[in-house]
Amino acid sequence: MHAYANPTRFLAIARPLTPWLLGLGLALLLVGAWAGLMLVPGDYKQGETARILYVHVPSAWLGMGGWTALAVAGLVQLVWRHPLAGIAARAIAVPGMLFTALCLATGSIWGKPTWGTWWEWDGRMTSMLVLLFLYAGFVALTMGDANENGGQRQGGMLSRGAAVYALVGAVNIPIINRSVVWWNSLHQGPSITLGGSSIDAALLWPLGLTLLGFSLLFGGIVLMRMRRIIADNRVAARLRRLADDDEGN
Amino acid sequence: MKPKHQRLILAIVALAGVAGAGVLGASALRDEAAYFRTPAEVAGGKATPGEAMRLGGMVAEGSIRHLADGVTIRFVATDGEASIPVEFTGIVPDLFAEKAGMVADGRMRADGVFAADRILAKHDERYMPPQMGEMPTDMKAATAG
Repeated sequence: MHAYANPTRFLAIARPLTPWLLGLGLALLLVGAWAGLMLVPGDYKQGETARILYVHVPSAWLGMGGWTALAVAGLVQLVWRHPLAGIAARAIAVPGMLFTALCLATGSIWGKPTWGTWWEWDGRMTSMLVLLFLYAGFVALTMGDANENGGQRQGGMLSRGAAVYALVGAVNIPIINRSVVWWNSLHQGPSITLGGSSIDAALLWPLGLTLLGFSLLFGGIVLMRMRRIIADNRVAARLRRLADDDEGN
Repeated sequence: MKPKHQRLILAIVALAGVAGAGVLGASALRDEAAYFRTPAEVAGGKATPGEAMRLGGMVAEGSIRHLADGVTIRFVATDGEASIPVEFTGIVPDLFAEKAGMVADGRMRADGVFAADRILAKHDERYMPPQMGEMPTDMKAATAG
């Protein structure tokens, strides 16, 4: 694993991978969205309204998956001191927050015509809102420590506090997942479980496409952001060297 | 023991502690965080008349009645164990129907009728094409297999 601690080796893989992830993700997303909006029939009960699930479900998945990755990155930094972990966590935070916000927004738009309300304080919605606030807190924490010493913390690593925060915040992920099982809620129970799917196959397949498409896009965006952080670090290091040289002369 | 292993053990122990605290907290909230109460809980005495609460259940088949004023409806909310009559004046969501889930905001009256200020519709986790929605359930299972 530490072979990729060398940014040059990481970049040799990340650079060619980025356009593939973005291109393939966008293509799958467009086909999935077209199929979900135009091709498959509406739901027997909700009609056309249910089509928003092709955006809502991938958003929820990436919002929660993003924090899971953030927590893993926090653990890897705390235990193994891997230099890419902090960079990855910084790169994931903003896209993860964006998809969490997208999940809440599409859920709200979906809730009005079906349930009859934009927002209710039920377990699922409240725990998802907490996730959005957790992301905001993480972004604020890591923005603060990036300003230390006038630049990124050494090599883009997280402060210990931010890494611990990422780990502790992961407690919310199983709570979101189980919220509709543990508590009476307005949100319905899980449709897709290990036992199978209660979304009929005729409506399910575009969801697979948008889920994979959004995920690949997310991966591509994270790689782009990681490359940017590495580039920033290199510029900062070079400027420091130049400044030191000047003082030496 | 290498420091790396010490850190790993510390992280795992801390994580287990935090997860345990989370589970304890969530289970302590089991009743408090419930979004609504079921007819069985209300019938079991978990609701005092006049207290603001939410009642959630299925609308019993054939139970929706429109009163003479044209805007008030009465129906029975049930969870299979107990049934509570509900009265509501106003507009219900499109998905509100018999044999479907609903959540009502309101309070129990002394006469045992739940007076709702607002009605929300609940839907289940099944999604399917319209022509399948009209099929009997056993045929759905047959075509899905």
